[in-house]
This record gives sequence, C-alpha cells and structure tokens, in this order.
Amino acid sequence: MEYRIIIGLETHVQLLTKTKLFCGCSTRFGLPPNSATCPVCIGMPGSLPVMNGPAFQLAIKAALALNCQIAPFTKWDRKNYYYPDLPKNYQISQYDLPFSHDGWLEIPSPVPPHAPPLEGGAWGGRARGDTKRIGIIRAHLEEDAGKMLHDEQGGGRDSLVDLNRAGTPLLEIVSRPDITSPEEAKAYLEEIRLLLREIEVSDCEMQEGSLRCDANINIHVPQDDGSFIATPLVEVKNLNSFRGVERAMKYEAERQFGEYQRKLGNEWIVDHTAGRTFGDYTVLPIGQMKNGQLIAVSKATAGWNERREVTEIQRRKEEAADYRYFPDPDLVPVKVDAAALDRVRAELGELPAVQRARLQTQFGLSPYDAGVLAHQGRALVAFFESVAAQGADPKEACNWIANDLLQTLNERKVTIRESPITAAALGELIQEVKTSGLNKQRAREVYAAMLTGLGAKDAIAKLGFKVVADEGQLLEIIRRAIAANPKAVADFEKGKTKAADAIKGAVMRETKGMAKMEQVQGLLLKELEGQP
Amino acid sequence: MIECTASELLHLLATGATTAEAVTQTFLQSIRDRDPRIGAFLFVDEAKALDQARAVDAKRRRGEPLGPLAGIPIAVKDVLCTAGMRTTCGSKILQNFIPPYDATVITKLKQADAVLLGKTNMDEFAMGSSCENSAFQVTHNPWDTNRIPGGSSGGSAAAVASCQAPLALGSDTGGSIRLPASLCGIVGLKPSYGRVSRFGLVAYGSSLDQIGPFAHDVHGAALLFEAIAGHDPRDSTSVQQPPPRILPKLDEPVQPLTIGVPREYFGDGLDAEVAQAVRAALKVYADLGAIINDVSLPHTRYAVATYYLVATAEASSNLARYDGVQYGHRAAAFGDLVDMYCKSRGEGFGKEVKRRIMLGTYALSSGYIDAYYLKALKVRRLIKNDFDKAFTQYDVIVGPTSPTPAFKIGEKVDDPLAMYLSDIYTISANLAGLPGISIPCGFTKCNLPIGLQILAAPLAEEKLLRVARMFEKETDWHTRRPKM
Amino acid sequence: MSAANPAGRPCITTMSLSTDQVRWVAHLARLELSEAELTALTRDLAAIVEYVNQLQSVNTEGIEPLAHAVELANVFRADEPAPSLPVDAALANAPQRKDDFYAVPAVLD
Repeated sequence: MEYRIIIGLETHVQLLTKTKLFCGCSTRFGLPPNSATCPVCIGMPGSLPVMNGPAFQLAIKAALALNCQIAPFTKWDRKNYYYPDLPKNYQISQYDLPFSHDGWLEIPSPVPPHAPPLEGGAWGGRARGDTKRIGIIRAHLEEDAGKMLHDEQGGGRDSLVDLNRAGTPLLEIVSRPDITSPEEAKAYLEEIRLLLREIEVSDCEMQEGSLRCDANINIHVPQDDGSFIATPLVEVKNLNSFRGVERAMKYEAERQFGEYQRKLGNEWIVDHTAGRTFGDYTVLPIGQMKNGQLIAVSKATAGWNERREVTEIQRRKEEAADYRYFPDPDLVPVKVDAAALDRVRAELGELPAVQRARLQTQFGLSPYDAGVLAHQGRALVAFFESVAAQGADPKEACNWIANDLLQTLNERKVTIRESPITAAALGELIQEVKTSGLNKQRAREVYAAMLTGLGAKDAIAKLGFKVVADEGQLLEIIRRAIAANPKAVADFEKGKTKAADAIKGAVMRETKGMAKMEQVQGLLLKELEGQP
Repeated sequence: MIECTASELLHLLATGATTAEAVTQTFLQSIRDRDPRIGAFLFVDEAKALDQARAVDAKRRRGEPLGPLAGIPIAVKDVLCTAGMRTTCGSKILQNFIPPYDATVITKLKQADAVLLGKTNMDEFAMGSSCENSAFQVTHNPWDTNRIPGGSSGGSAAAVASCQAPLALGSDTGGSIRLPASLCGIVGLKPSYGRVSRFGLVAYGSSLDQIGPFAHDVHGAALLFEAIAGHDPRDSTSVQQPPPRILPKLDEPVQPLTIGVPREYFGDGLDAEVAQAVRAALKVYADLGAIINDVSLPHTRYAVATYYLVATAEASSNLARYDGVQYGHRAAAFGDLVDMYCKSRGEGFGKEVKRRIMLGTYALSSGYIDAYYLKALKVRRLIKNDFDKAFTQYDVIVGPTSPTPAFKIGEKVDDPLAMYLSDIYTISANLAGLPGISIPCGFTKCNLPIGLQILAAPLAEEKLLRVARMFEKETDWHTRRPKM
Repeated sequence: MSAANPAGRPCITTMSLSTDQVRWVAHLARLELSEAELTALTRDLAAIVEYVNQLQSVNTEGIEPLAHAVELANVFRADEPAPSLPVDAALANAPQRKDDFYAVPAVLD
C-alpha cells in the first residue's frame, strides 16, 4: 500500500486596495524603490497605524466566500521579530482572535489516472464524486513586510531594503492538512485564485507576489498492523508558481519516503507512546534519542530550488521563534455585526464551486467541461448561458467556447467582454451547423469568417457553402454511396442500423459537408429499406 | 516679564503693551542667563523662534484672526517630533534624528500661533522619574540646583519653574508630567487617555502615554490643554468626544463637591511634611464646603508592579524599531546583521532603557507571558474598577503627587526599585486612563515645593480644572518663583 | 491568550533569574551586553522580578485583561491615497544608503 501524502497550505494574498493597511501610501506594483513610503510604514518614531476600512471589508468578503465563521469580536496583535524588511521589527497581525475561522473550499478533485475509488467520509476532507472539500483553519489580516534584494555590485556585502511593499494588506489563509496529493495542492491554489479574482478581493498573481504560498508536508507510511508512521513535518518555501508547487510536493514526498527508508531503525525511532488519531487511523511520530530521551524530530524548513527542481533542507529549528504576541495598543478591536455580514454575503454572487455544480445539473455538462468554463470566470459562463439559451446544444456551445473562442480571445489579448463574436452569433452558428450538417472543418471556416463581424448565415452565404438540399441531387449521391459500400448495406440488413453511418459519411464527404444531416438521413434510410 | 503667567502675557500682547518678538527675546535671554545652571533645554533655535514671533506680530498688525496662544513662547519635551528639528528623546540612539513630520500637537501649536522656543531635556525615552537618565545632560531643580526636577519631563517643568518659558509640553506615562510639576512647584496636567493625539509622540507605553501642559497656574494649563486636545484621525486611540471649552467656566466652583482621599496613599514612605501640606490643602477645600471622606482603592499597592510590567512590555516592542536600519544610531563596527542590531542598540541605549526593555521582553516571553504580562493586565482592570467605583461617589480624588519632595541628584540612581516607587501615587491614573493634575500646595522647611494631585473620572477635565482653580483662588503657592 | 511552555523552561515562582536567562532575553531584545552589564542587569532584574511577583497573590479569577485604557472599537479610515514622502526625505535619516535603498549587512538565508 502506498504512503499517504499530507499537505497543508498557507497562502498569503494581497488585497486589492488602493492604499496600504495602516497608511495612505499606494500599493501599486512596480513603483520606484522607497517612493511609496511615509512615517507610518517606515515605522518612524511617533507614527501610528490606522486601519483601512475597505481592506477589512474585502477580507470579510473573502472569508465568507471561504465559508468561514466570522468572529463577532476581533483584535490586532503584534508579532515581534527582527528583520530588515520589517521596519518596526514587529508585524501587525492577528494571533488568538483572528477575524475568521473554520471554513472550507470545495475544489474540483483532480483524480489521478489509476487512483482507487475514494471512500466517502475518509480522513481529512470529504470526497464527493468529483469534488473535494479542503478545510480552512483560519483566515486573518496582517501587514506585509518590505522587500530585500541582494546587492550584486557591492561585492555581495550588503543587502538592500525597499519598503514600498511594507504595510500592504495581506490575507493569510491557512488550510487544514486535508490536501492529499501534489495535484490537489495545485488545484487548491487554482481554486483560491479563481475565487478571489471573481469576487475582486485579490489579483492572485504569483509572479507579482500578490499570491504567495508555503506548504507544510509530510507522509504517513502504512504498517502491517494498520497503523501509520508519520515522517517529520517539512515547511517548503520559495514556491513561485502553481506548477512549482505541484513539482515540489511530488519531489518532497518522495524525498521524505527515501529518508524514512534510510533512517528508520537507525537515527529515527518510532515513538509508540505518542500515537494519535488522524481521521480513521492511528499515526505514530518519529523521534531521535537525545541524552537518553526520545525527543520528537522537529519541523524543518526547506527551500524549493526551481532551477534544480529539488527541495533543500535549511535547518531543523530546535526552538520555535518566540514572537511574544500581545495586543497592539495602538489599534482598537473590531466588532462585526451579523446584519453587515448578511449584506456582504448577498453580494458575493455565484461562487465557482456552486457554478460548476449548476452547469452540470442545469446543462448536463460533464464535470470536466463545467470546470473548464467556470475556470474562465463569471463573464464567460454568462456568455455560455446566453448561447445555450438560444437553444444551442450545451455540449456544442461548451466546445466552441472552450476551444475556438478562447483561442481567439487569447490571440487577440481581449476578454470575453470584448469578444468579436457575440453570444447570439455563436448560437446562430451552432444552429446552422446542426441543421445544415456542415462538418467541423467547414464550420471552423464559417467561424473564422464571422470574426469580421458577420452573422452565421451571412458568413455561410459569403463562403458559398450552399447546402445541397435538392432531393434529386441527394438521391443520386446516396445511391452512388450505397453502391460503393456493399458491406455496410449488408450489415444494415442484418440489423446493424449503425452501419448506415458509414454510408452517410460517404455522402457527407461527397457533398463536402454541404448537405443537411437530417435530410440525408431520411433519404438514405428510405433507400436502404427499399433495397432488395 | 519672565515671571508672568501665560494669561498675563496674552493680556500684554492684546493691549499692545508689548510685541511677540519682545516677549520671545525676553525669554530667549532668560534661557541664556539661567539655563547654564538648570540644563532644561537640549536645543534652542533662536532664529526660528524669532521668525515665528515676528510673523505673529505681522498678523496682528494686519488685523488677521489670531490663535489662542498667539505670541506665547512654549518649550517642548524632546519626545515630540518637530519637522526639520532634531528630536532625540534624550537618547544617543536618536542623537541625529530629524523627523520629516510634525507631531499633531506641534501642528496645533502652530495653528494656535504659539512660538516654539526649543526642545527640552528628558529621561531617555521617557523612562525615569528624576531626569537623570538623559544621555546628554542632567536637569537641575530651579528651587535647589543640587536636586532633581523630577522626570521624565524634567526639562519642561524646570523651564517653566525657572521662568525660561511661560508654558511647556510634556508627556506622562506613569507620572512624568505630574511628578516634575510637583517637585518644581508648578501646575502639570495629564489629560484623560485619548484626549490628546499621540501621533508624533515617540511611544514608550502606548496604552499609558499622554501629552499635557505645564504652566504657572491652572489657567495656563487649561489654555494650552484646549489648544492641543481633540480627536485626530491619525491616532486610532484618540476619543471622538470634542474637548470641553473650559476657560469661560474655569472660575466657577464645583458645588456641591465631594472629595475622596485614598487611605492607601497615607502609609509608609510618605514624607511627613508632604502629608502635612496635603492635609492643609484638604482643609482649604473643607472650608469651601467640600465634603471630604476617606476612600479605599484596595489595589493601590499593586499599581507600581502592574505598571512596570505593562509599560515595559509595550516599550520592549515600541523600541524594537531602533536598530540602525532606517534611522538612528548604527554601530561603526560589527560582524553580521544580528551583531549590527545588538551593537547599535547596546551602544545607543542607556542603562535604564536597557533595564526596561529587558524586563518587558521577559514579561512577554514564552512561558512567562501568562504570569507576568497577562496577569498585570488583569490587575490593571481591578485598579480601574477601584476608581470607577470611587467616582460613583466622589467628584475627585485628592492626595499627594509625590511621596517626597525633590531628592538629591545621584541619590537614587543606583536603586531602580526605589526610583520606581516615586511614581506610587501617579501611576494608577495612567493604568486607568484618568485625567490628573498636580498643583503647588506648599513648601518644605528647605523651601522645596510640594504638589497636590487631583484625579477625576475619564474625560472630566472640566471638573478637574475647576476644582484645581478653587484651591488656587484661595492660596498663593502658584505665585512663588525661585530666586535665581 | 496563552503560549505553550517550551520544554525546559523553569517555573517562575520558585527560581530567581539566572544569568543564562538574562543572556537569552538580551538576545531576544537584540541588546549586546558586556559581562559587567550582564551581572548588573541580572541583579537589578532579579530584584524587580521579585517585586513584581507579588501580583501572583492577587485573585484575578474571572477578570478580563485590560489592554486599552479606553475601550474603543471599529476605528477605520477610507481607502484614499495620501502623499508619500519623497525618496530623499524618506532616506534622509538612513545610516547607510545605497541608491534609493537602505543598505544593511548581507542577509543570506
């Protein structure tokens, strides 16, 4: 039996505000160094923080979208540690009374190709067919630190500090360790990004640093007696892309298993006295002997090296940092009232998980197709629904949008709102293709012509794709096809009605896709039945 | 002129008997004459002060409206940020720090057309009760230059007491305005917490700090208080309630008046002469018809311990920013980053500051925070509850400001705990956020001033000042000036 | 609010402050102390800690901590930009400046 992977993700997203969390400096990305700072975010003597109201509102919105409980009373705490990018040498954050806790995020569960069926009510998240709920322990608000750069020119003796980013509002989202595969980790991040972009809380651009992620990972190795052994936890940092997260988790899980196999029985000793329940099984930790005592192996920090595609263990922290959290005396607590929350909830709109489910039930789309559409955002889903509303087959509509239309939008670097083809026009195209029996290649040519602004019928006319409708003409072609396909005819007479498709295909080929499917079908059947 | 009160000066200016420039010149001369013996000022910008004074005169000539402090020279404790002017907090670590911004109260002083004389000496980062902890100089008590003026706003108190300025600003975290006012024989007011904006006040104990006025008389204190009080959107802890207009009502006695006298304040450690002066002061109130009763504030004896955990915990975090990165002293020689931090701070901070940072860090550290910091916050609530209860029955609480008159320079400098106990009567008001005032109420046989402390309920400055004025009207302690 | 007591920390009521503890606190506070300072501080702090220990005898059951002298709530500002300091003003007090950055000894993770 394979080892189980346990991942918890800690995600920081920058909120979409104009100004910082505690002062009016701009949060715009890419400004000249130290040009967006003031006495407050520099941490000058005598400066005081004042909370950005809309930032708090955005945080509430995000927490509600993550199905969290919102604390009726929340406060701000100082997290004390020394670092050059932290001007006050404390970060204003939240410690024991975060503004939200105990939520969940439903993600489309990426089922690995040969995975065994997931058990309902399994440990960690609940799996329900093609989705999975990842628990959220808490989401809280805090200020960002500045940026440090290494001074290449100065002989590497100095580091350089830019405080533009210091004070930017960050939402920290801590997931439960419910993520059980590298693919799931990537899916979780993609869903966070989709959700928070849709409700306009954050850009979630990992390249710009508006979404950052650290992963806590270990593995549970099954034993013969049904218990599991847990490897020591590793926190993986320096994850810079979703793909990188997936690769890093895959690498680290394997690395931990290798380390487990090497060290168990030597350096690493199972602590049989410290078993605990994890979901529906027992897990035992690993310890090391120190001065005659079995001490748990502490958590390590590792950096993901993108270039070499390996994790590099930095050190095992013998002592956890002492942050000396205490309530910030310069800030007052926040009391949130239930009525205000109801208003925010009402304005959230349809969230991606709900949208995916509805696309499946209302339009019969597969989970995969529903996911593809939802992933593109509400505006595109609305476009799809508009196309479907005209009677177009939802699966067809989905294919056209997901393939051709998306490609067009990407090529032209426009959004669905600036689509050169309207929903009405696309609906028309789909109908025309259905009734005329145009094949895919022809249909694509029509589509291309429509990009100039023509409607479907006009485009077809312009291309001269005249549909062969004349019964006499069609019958001639049909008879030729029947004559050329004696085996198919014989099969048909034996009762294999599907054999007619081969003949129909031949007809469509000869008419270069310019015949109406139904007409051909009807005439063909009549002919076949009339055969001796 | 230098012995004039602020209101007397305002009168002279209003009637045209003198000009703002002449007033400023007079006080600048007083500084030149007297400060070599007192050491109240760290910096005086004569040119700037005269420019400001001349500008006020010009405004008056043009018939433009003038602020309530027009032409009055004011000394400012060096804990307040003044744009373009060095602000050191009495510390080597900020020796060359020039803030790019003004504290809110400084902006308000400018709007009131006051003249900024200079920055005054203080215990480093406001940590001290004697003004002996400044990195730069010791300030001497104008009544006896061998003695301390009190701290931490010793420079501001001494400046007013020695007639180098008619008004001054200080800050009070555990008694740092009231104590020096008492030891220097002048009036010192600590407003209710949140009354005056802390924006630009270099933080020591953020939940305790308040800025307040020094003056020769209650009127002067009220005048300066009105000019600096008010809600500030840049200070999240400043109260919304607009400050009361006290001056028009200042001479109205509070009648009926009930005074609570805490029995816990009259125990061991209280100097006999101080006790006697305070009792005599209470008799003055009794003769005015006030009802005076014993009151118990049972948690009084825990106040100093509570304060020295809460204030130092906050300070240990507030002072973490002094690390030689963005501003302030950076050591000349060091190894790596951590070494830079440790050396810069080790070199830049004085003994008392280090003591308090260490104590505060310890009180917040893992394994100790529950027993120390959190416990202190709970006792703090009990202390506040004591006052809340007392104020349901009494208008004000009256007692001595300081357990002793001014002690000799160097006397307690090696005994931190003894020094901390100087604050025993003043500290509770900071913990509970109450307004408090010290007014002169007598002298010892050695001609050392004795102060009377009056406390009122939060936001009750009007009542507080009127009660103080009642005493002042019947006595003349506040008219005495030291012979210099 | 509570913090876990890490393995090995002595119980406060029975032990007085040791030099090692003071050394650890000095590290947390990033303060370099000479041996003489360390000795003096250990003595001073031990006396002060003994003094503040009297709080242990106060009955605070059911009492909420009072972190703010005035109990306000919900103080916010609008998300409106305010002028930042020009770079030179921001960096004017910097002990070490390189171009438009604060320079510090290299930090290698």
